[in-house]
Amino acid sequence: MKIVVAIKQAPSRDSQLKVNASGSWIDDADLAWEINEPDAYALEAGLQLKEKLTGEVVVLCAGPERAGQTIREALAKGADRAIHIETEKYGPADPLVLARMMARALEAEKPDLVLTGLQSDDLGYGQTGVILAEVMGLPHATIIMNIEPSGGGIKVKRELEDGWFQHVEMPLPALLTIQSGATKLRYATLMGIKKAKTREVRRVAAAELGGAGEASIRLERIYTPEKTKQSQIFDGPAKEAAAKLVEKLRFEARAI
Amino acid sequence: MSGVLAVLEQRDGVLHKSALEALAAAQQVGAELGGKVFAAVLGSGVDAVAQTVAGYKLEKVHAIDHELLKQYTPDGYTAALKALIEAHRPEYVLFPHTYQVRDFAPKLATALNRVLVSDLIAHRVENGALVLVRQLFQGKFNADVRFAGEPPYFASIQAGAFRADKLEVGSAPVEKTVPELKADQVRTRPLELFRESQRAVDLGAAQIIVSVGRGIKEAENIAVVRKLAEALGAELAASRPICDNGWLPMERQVGSSGQTVAPKLYVAVGISGAIQHLVGMKGSKTIVAINKDPEAPIFEVADYGIVGDLFEVVPALVEALKK
Ligand SMILES: Cc1cc2nc3c(=O)[nH]c(=O)nc-3n(C[C@H](O)[C@H](O)[C@H](O)COP(=O)(O)OP(=O)(O)OC[C@H]3O[C@@H](n4cnc5c(N)ncnc54)[C@H](O)[C@@H]3O)c2cc1C
Repeated sequence: MKIVVAIKQAPSRDSQLKVNASGSWIDDADLAWEINEPDAYALEAGLQLKEKLTGEVVVLCAGPERAGQTIREALAKGADRAIHIETEKYGPADPLVLARMMARALEAEKPDLVLTGLQSDDLGYGQTGVILAEVMGLPHATIIMNIEPSGGGIKVKRELEDGWFQHVEMPLPALLTIQSGATKLRYATLMGIKKAKTREVRRVAAAELGGAGEASIRLERIYTPEKTKQSQIFDGPAKEAAAKLVEKLRFEARAI
Repeated sequence: MSGVLAVLEQRDGVLHKSALEALAAAQQVGAELGGKVFAAVLGSGVDAVAQTVAGYKLEKVHAIDHELLKQYTPDGYTAALKALIEAHRPEYVLFPHTYQVRDFAPKLATALNRVLVSDLIAHRVENGALVLVRQLFQGKFNADVRFAGEPPYFASIQAGAFRADKLEVGSAPVEKTVPELKADQVRTRPLELFRESQRAVDLGAAQIIVSVGRGIKEAENIAVVRKLAEALGAELAASRPICDNGWLPMERQVGSSGQTVAPKLYVAVGISGAIQHLVGMKGSKTIVAINKDPEAPIFEVADYGIVGDLFEVVPALVEALKK
């Protein structure tokens, strides 16, 4: 089975993020980066399927040069090769423009299965996978917890609201967006890290894939939300803050 | 303006709890932009639910009825709604931001060469155009987003962003349509729904809840917050990653895919406050947040907060409670 896993690089989870001076995006000069969390689970699902069924895992990543590090980490975990769509800085903020570039980059690949994380930790549209499925003409399912081969196709477990789940059967090729946390993530082995260095990374400039394209939504400004609730925040030494909080809870909120 | 269409989710004749909020949004946007408001319900045998929707102030309710829409599939819903939108050309199409909408609305928008603005929390009108507000970075920041190019414009609305109790009632005609759908257009086969975890713990009944998130770092450290729960006589709960890791059982998860709670006191320890967590606890009477990041979105819903390292703050709280 040929499995493409689309991954994105995002600021690492414990980053203290700040909006940049012009309010157009975050200040991304001194950030640490890592694989977008749900994408790590998409990669894991792809690697597990490959181990079960044999085949190949191809990583697809759009991003600037720094995304090369995240691609190498995916190769070190066991992906066979990678396609890096090289964008300037953050790449397009319009998910349809991006998905069209991704579809073009995959034209020669003819994957049996395309996996993506269910949403990104930065823009958080939760759409790129679904859009890519439509652009590629593939059936899809979202918020997937488990994938099993079934007949000539697959049977997947979808998460629904309020603790419900549903199995869905579908033919291949198909696209799935993967939920975080359904399995344990593997670590790269020393051997894997060594091997990764010899694995192919095909670099394609975004411009070769149609570049920016015409956006249908525009991100105008980003900012810290205004507080809607009057909250009392205590900082300073833990002991003092704790004492103040307990007093408030006892005598003001009367919650304890 | 050629109108606002609200697409309302229903299952077995029951409207989704967020559907009427999307309808309220459509009424509001329609009033502000001077457009007519329409609603659509999809399924098989939707007459009764269409009649319910017809009790609000609307131009018309589209009841889209087909055997192949009995069970939700992204292919079936997309084909049926694409046909409706092409026939009636609404300027805005609004959805509640449900799991089902996440599943098909981006596909529908793509099929019409547009992009959905997902999960919006607010809006305003500037020079006759909508500016939409949505969250970035799991709620740390907001962004103003505008549509570019030609309509239709698609947006989905976060639960709680609009109030269903502000809906204007009325009496609207129902127009039934049977879309042209063929079985081979629907490529996925949905099987029956099922539930997994038996809920032995009813967090809904707890007066005080201490809830722990990924700031706790390791399973062994759960003991730190357990002591606080004991000192407060509280139930212990958690954010999703803690339950995914098996550090606490699934039945103690709070949020959109866990339990919804509204205790007298909710203490969130090392929880960032992603929307999927907030929807499960923001109805709590008093909310306390302990987090080392002053920008963490949990502070936006907190009544009281301590910015600091939980490994110092929590033991200090346990001590202070003894006094
Ligand atoms: C479809 C879907 C359904 C979901 N359902 C749920 C759900 O039901 N419930 C749920 O909770 N989530 C749910 N999620 C996941 C949700 O989006 C978040 O990923 C999750 O809530 C984050 O958990 P967290 O706050 O514990 O972790 P993080 O977001 O990683 O936050 C950890 C926090 O700990 C703080 N911290 C770190 N170290 C310390 C320290 N030493 N002292 C103090 N603070 C510290 C950090 O500043 C940070 O704010 C769902 C997601 C999706 C997509």
